[in-house]
Amino acid sequence: MDFDLMITSFPKLLGATVVTLKLLSASLFFGLFLGLFFAILRLNKNIFINKFAYGYSYIFRGTPLLVQIFIIYFGLGQIEYLRTTFLWVILKEPYWCAIIAFTLNTGAYTSEILRSAFQTIKPGIIEAGKSLGISNKIIFYKIQIPIAIRQSLPAYGNEIILMMKGTSLASTVTLMDLTGVAKYIISTTFKPIEVFIVAGGIYLFMTFIIHNVIKYLEKKYSFQQ
Amino acid sequence: MELLAFGKTGWGDELFYATLMTIAVSITAMLVGFFFALIFTPLKLSKYKTLNLVGNFYTTVIRGVPELLVIYLFFFGGSGAIMYVASIFGYYEYIEINAFITGSMAIGIISGAYSTEVFRGAIQSIDKGQFEAAKVLGINKFGQFYKIILPQMLRLAIPNLSNVWQITLKDTSLISVTGLVEIMRQSYIAAGSTRDPLFFYSFAAVLYLLLTYISMRLINKLEIKYSRGY
Repeated sequence: MDFDLMITSFPKLLGATVVTLKLLSASLFFGLFLGLFFAILRLNKNIFINKFAYGYSYIFRGTPLLVQIFIIYFGLGQIEYLRTTFLWVILKEPYWCAIIAFTLNTGAYTSEILRSAFQTIKPGIIEAGKSLGISNKIIFYKIQIPIAIRQSLPAYGNEIILMMKGTSLASTVTLMDLTGVAKYIISTTFKPIEVFIVAGGIYLFMTFIIHNVIKYLEKKYSFQQ
Repeated sequence: MELLAFGKTGWGDELFYATLMTIAVSITAMLVGFFFALIFTPLKLSKYKTLNLVGNFYTTVIRGVPELLVIYLFFFGGSGAIMYVASIFGYYEYIEINAFITGSMAIGIISGAYSTEVFRGAIQSIDKGQFEAAKVLGINKFGQFYKIILPQMLRLAIPNLSNVWQITLKDTSLISVTGLVEIMRQSYIAAGSTRDPLFFYSFAAVLYLLLTYISMRLINKLEIKYSRGY
């Protein structure tokens, strides 16, 4: 065991954790909106809209995240037309490509989580709202969405942890996130176990925090008995 | 389309073999995972606190750390560890481990952590009376497990194991960083030499979709088979 290496690499890895957290928070933020949007489309009665939303989640859940990042980072740059538009400013940066890929991926999973949460809401609750003369729009925003959010908390907590692990793939498109820096230190010092313990410890610490925050929220928003 | 031709001009045959490689790695990893689950599920269900701790440590660490980091640990640390063990037995030559073995071990350990959780959940949800009835009927431990618990457990575990299989299948794409020529690595090579990454990565996505679709169909059949009588 090389404890000196563990101590000297800790600040470097901690610095890289900031990149990981930035990627995670940005993709979760955009992904939540995307997921909600597609969950609403899934509940639509129009078969084409419904199938479109299903196709989106099927494709992004059925392929590895690595493929998605590579298509966006290496693949889209190949389209000549895209290079002339303003989108190119975003797409030439690996940072934004990673965020786009993560957003689309987590959006697909989130849409499934929210859809099943919407479907488990008892019809009686919506009917009660209707009989009280509340408009459909307010029933949706004030009754359905809050219940769905509470219902989907445990599953969404898992999704956050999965996404945190997913951000490690950003290192494959030259971004120096926690895994990227860990790999760099391993390949220069050839001491994989020491670096794994430190980097893995940081990841586990983040998992621990996310897990407990979700647990706290679940308790706070649990239904009153 | 000529990019996908079989033979020397296209990438069809290379991608075909790469797909077989992905399937081979996934199945090996899944079996390695079952092996680990077989060890760690009893530990997690044991009544001894220390054994519980060992089981929980395995599943928590593996499920909380990115797959890529585990793969790097195996890729850079694998041959070192083997050489260290060999040196105890007096063998000091350089040993290189095959990328297939490193990859399927790394993915297998990850998949094992998920399988352990699935088996634990399935065993815990079997009615306690079943264990007691088997004991009362004088069935030996072996028969209890294979004839009474396992068939009931499988029915409960198959839907979740199908998720583990999907995760494992998708995780194999990460082994491409170690140079094993599976779908992702072959697409990377093809994209580099033809300068057509969009086509090849999209094709890789289609191959993965096809694999997940076919395996879903097969698993559904299994599910029906094991839920006979319910």
